[in-house]
Amino acid sequence: MPKAASSSADRIWAIFAKDARSEYRTRFAVNALFLFALVTLTALSFATGGAGLTPLLASVFFWVIVFFSALSSLAQTFVKEVETKTATFLRLTAPDDAVFFGKWGFNLLLLLLLEAVLTPLFIVMLNMPVANWTVWIATLILGALGLVSTTTLIGALIAVAGVRGALFSVLSFPVLLPLLVVLIRTTEVAFGGGLEVGLRDGFLVLGTYAVVATTAGWMLFPFVWRE
Amino acid sequence: MVGEQPHTSFALQIEGLSKSFGKRVICRGADLRLATSESLAVVGPNGSGKSTLVKIIAGLMRPDAGAITHSFDSTEVERAVWHRHIGLVSPELALYEELSGSENLDFGNRVGGWGKSAADYTAVLDEVGLGGRGHDLVSTYSSGMKQRLKYAAAFLKDPALLILDEPTANLDEDGVARVWSSLARRTLALIIATNEPSEAERAQSRFVVGR
Repeated sequence: MPKAASSSADRIWAIFAKDARSEYRTRFAVNALFLFALVTLTALSFATGGAGLTPLLASVFFWVIVFFSALSSLAQTFVKEVETKTATFLRLTAPDDAVFFGKWGFNLLLLLLLEAVLTPLFIVMLNMPVANWTVWIATLILGALGLVSTTTLIGALIAVAGVRGALFSVLSFPVLLPLLVVLIRTTEVAFGGGLEVGLRDGFLVLGTYAVVATTAGWMLFPFVWRE
Repeated sequence: MVGEQPHTSFALQIEGLSKSFGKRVICRGADLRLATSESLAVVGPNGSGKSTLVKIIAGLMRPDAGAITHSFDSTEVERAVWHRHIGLVSPELALYEELSGSENLDFGNRVGGWGKSAADYTAVLDEVGLGGRGHDLVSTYSSGMKQRLKYAAAFLKDPALLILDEPTANLDEDGVARVWSSLARRTLALIIATNEPSEAERAQSRFVVGR
């Protein structure tokens, strides 16, 4: 029989590190992610002209930017593997769960980086200070977990599909819509608006969504990746 | 030399395999058996489906009908883990251009749990004629060097079943000689998909696709 393997954590780390190193050298996903976010934010800033936004409108703008930035880049981790034919090497080398969680981790890093860069820019350019940083940070982390869990699986699905185009957006939007609705509500509270009454339930929904989406993604991934 | 430990117990068995794309038949009710130290040439003209058959055997594609089993000591291996014992050199497989040759081997070793060392990377790169070029990015390699690196990765993995699709594509005379020499030293089950008669003649048996 073939040799015993290194641990799952080692393998996941190897895929994460490979993607990070590749990204550092090519800027393949980062350019798409940050440029889209910055261009959209700049356009919004000019459009609103510094006029006072309501917390609800600001939170809608924030998650629209994050959502479409994510759509423009997170699928690339799989699309690039398929287009460059390295997916075959990966399929014949790595266990499915290592591929899923390695890519999941890399996408999470990208999205958290985007949120970290976007936050100060958003506050300054749209003149919308954060009123409750605890709620803000919790929302960003749970939002990133939910977005990444869903988009990683759908990214793999569209990468192996013959026709990509707008497929990623079409498949992601209905699945992510409930997440976005809750994120917008908790973000509104972070900006000093909305009602704090439902905040605990909101976070519960976000946490549950992230766990369910990650588990479902992990279980479905082998069928998407191998079949 | 890296990867010369014999896999004496591996067997590939195919029963009633059928695959077609519309009216184009790749194979119909095919039966095959291949064990360690045996070799098989998959032959047929361009577009006949050699690469498709190779993908099916490697578990990268499902057949329409039939059963494929990979086993060690008569114990069947689950399809989900076939990747552990298969090496593939094919135009359908590429290594990472933005990594160096050594980084590609290191990635395969870590993620595949091959249990090899940096000294093994050097040895296998020397074996395929890429000695001294391991730290260069693959994007700077010629097509022949990339083909050699695919062999390096396949040899480093030490597979029980090695599948070669167009085995000498892009290789110069030295590359071809190194590949056949390296293969002759290894004890494994070998499948060669080719339309070159000289390559097919190296295998002990043949399977013709497209009929």
